[in-house]
Amino acid sequence: MSETLEALQKEAIEEVLKIYPDKAKKNRSKHLGVDTPEGVKGACDKTRSNKQTVPGVMSQRGCAYAGSKGVVWGPIKDMIHISHGPVGCGQYSRAGRRNYYIGTTGVDIFVTMNFTTDFSEKDIVFGGDKKLKKALQEIDTLFPLNNGISIQSECPIGLIGDDIQAVAKVHKKESDKPTVAVSCEGFRGVSQSLGHHIANDMIRDEVMPDASYRKDFVSTDYDVAIIGDYNIGGDAWASRILLEEMGLRVIAQWSGDASYKEMAIAPKAKLNLLHCYRSMNYISRHMEQEFGIPWMEYNFFGPSKTTESLRKIAEFFGPEIQAKTEAMIAKYTAMTDAVIAKYKPKLEGKKVMLYVGGLRPRHVIGAYEDLGMEVIGTGYEFGHGDDYKRTKEDIARSTLIYDDVNEYELEQFVKKLKPDLVASGVKEKYVFQKMGLPFRQMHSWDYSGPYHGYDAFAIFAKDMDLAMNSPVWSHTKAPWEKEEIGA
Amino acid sequence: MSALRQIAFYGKGGIGKSTTSQNTLAAMCHYFGKKILIVGCDPKADSTRLILHEKAQSTIMQLASEAGTVEDLELEDVCKPGADEFHPDNNEITEGYIMCTESGGPEPGVGCAGRGVITAINFLEEEGAYDDDLDFVSYDVLGDVVCGGFAMPIREGKAQEIYIVMSGEMMAMYAANNISKGILKYANTGGVRLAGLICNARMTDKEYDLAKNLAEQIGTQMIHFVPRSNHVQRAELRRMTVVEFAPNSDQAMEYRELARKIIANDLKVIPIPLEMDDLENLLMEFGLEEEVEEDAIGKKAEDA
Repeated sequence: MSETLEALQKEAIEEVLKIYPDKAKKNRSKHLGVDTPEGVKGACDKTRSNKQTVPGVMSQRGCAYAGSKGVVWGPIKDMIHISHGPVGCGQYSRAGRRNYYIGTTGVDIFVTMNFTTDFSEKDIVFGGDKKLKKALQEIDTLFPLNNGISIQSECPIGLIGDDIQAVAKVHKKESDKPTVAVSCEGFRGVSQSLGHHIANDMIRDEVMPDASYRKDFVSTDYDVAIIGDYNIGGDAWASRILLEEMGLRVIAQWSGDASYKEMAIAPKAKLNLLHCYRSMNYISRHMEQEFGIPWMEYNFFGPSKTTESLRKIAEFFGPEIQAKTEAMIAKYTAMTDAVIAKYKPKLEGKKVMLYVGGLRPRHVIGAYEDLGMEVIGTGYEFGHGDDYKRTKEDIARSTLIYDDVNEYELEQFVKKLKPDLVASGVKEKYVFQKMGLPFRQMHSWDYSGPYHGYDAFAIFAKDMDLAMNSPVWSHTKAPWEKEEIGA
Repeated sequence: MSALRQIAFYGKGGIGKSTTSQNTLAAMCHYFGKKILIVGCDPKADSTRLILHEKAQSTIMQLASEAGTVEDLELEDVCKPGADEFHPDNNEITEGYIMCTESGGPEPGVGCAGRGVITAINFLEEEGAYDDDLDFVSYDVLGDVVCGGFAMPIREGKAQEIYIVMSGEMMAMYAANNISKGILKYANTGGVRLAGLICNARMTDKEYDLAKNLAEQIGTQMIHFVPRSNHVQRAELRRMTVVEFAPNSDQAMEYRELARKIIANDLKVIPIPLEMDDLENLLMEFGLEEEVEEDAIGKKAEDA
């Protein structure tokens, strides 16, 4: 079986490349490949990534502004993030990515609100520094409970060379609140990935040196920080309860449901737990160098990976925590076994193809495999080489690997490999649903979630079952096209 | 009447572009009855002051900023008739007239002056400023073709004839050569052509020969050699052109001659910009200095 799957996958790549002009073919061939768990120097080691998208194809990538405002800074709930430039970027990224939070929106919390300097032609010609300064002052007047402002640059700011750093500096002095200017102009880099990096660098330069909240902080030996969990549908909360149950104290959640104070006290952690490696490895490495805090990657999708990660984390803290963790694992395993018993018979052997961003192209594989489902293809929108290398540990069989895959390629791959479920973003959703294929939107969990941790696994399993075993699929063919009546 | 001709003056900053262009355009109006629209494309907004007798006119971008957007403006707000003899209603001296606009832009160091030029020119076109009565539209553009905005006047459908104001100084010649490169870029897609170099003399040695030779090498003509004259400055302090201040002076006659040549000019070429080496050779051939040996490069005068 695996041999034929591998052959089919390789054939799919050849067929896809056939229609390209030579130059595009040469380029795209390096982004596509097949790898197996036993494979030596397969696609996970060789796939070319983090390169410019071939012009003319539909890419699923975002921009540097999306990486900074949409991913890293946007969820910090008690700061106001102002989109500096024309109104569109702010409005279309409004309300974030279902980054859940606690607080009163518009009073002390601002995540789902849209703040923008609303540039027009005259601001481009005359520069927008004065307008920005005024906007910052207005923000402080209208929303006095904000704990700081981040300025998220849109493209025109970089083109006309406005000195937003200087404006931020002055405002910081006048308001005595953190004011961070992030030069994350959308045209920089090849995807949102550079935006993550730029955003991390500004946290490093503007938040990490702020020791005011660390001064009186009372540490314990079991303090950890969750880094790179954006609390989509409550993911970070679902993770936090497990860490707390095993005896740890979560002192910060970055940046889902995070406050500025949490960001600033993170250097007090004994261990940084890194979920989304791609978007926050930079700051984890910085905290390791600057404050000597070790960091550890973990994976809370599906019971197998969750258990594995919990044991790894517990090992760091010693026998006492390990004992507690084992008890906890036993308790939850009984629960997740019941979930598996319920859903596995309905989902076993179903094939899945993934195409998402960040950590999910590898992290969610285990959750599907726990349900007996087989992931036969996966790819990153904006991953780097180190992401693909890490993917190797997660693949369970011959897997088609596609980097920055475009709509044409993904559609052809799906037609060829005939998965039972496609799990990707909203741009792909209706393409595949109209092909009569079950689909799950894995960027924001299709308005469901959380998917992190043991409890959430029940939600994940139910969602996949609903997607695939819905009676609606028996009606996607016209009656005269059906081989047998009824389904 | 003949078809509208769109011309533009480019040149290194501080070379006397605005003074030369206003005096020349004034001469075209004063002596030859031409009807002209000046479009100043420089944030300094000094391309029309000698015609208007004003310090600086309110610019399109400045007025747009006050009104909210450029769409809120009317043509009359931004397009001012010239003073006295350059006014359309004043036909004593000449039937011709000069209308004045300035694109304007930000103060130095902020914003995007280039975008200001684009916005302003689009506005003028949409509002029908280039009406059928005009003989000439003249763009006066700052310094060098530094970005797309300052190339706006030489894109398709805009200025077809470019006059580069230069002098015998090395940097002015570099700039002239660079502007030729800009013209070359747009010459193949649009109809823009180099129509000549105007040498605004600094009275450096062999200046005439140098300018003439550079013009020939680029493939154009030195259309006129404007000598230095104190009349120009005297007039300028009165916010006037020499043509208006002293119409019978020698200097006014020089501008009259330049105006005549421009009106009659039919040598419009795609320029052949020089390589840096050729430009330096030219300077050594005609310039102040004897040829500089390889080992003298970077040496101070006292060491040589």
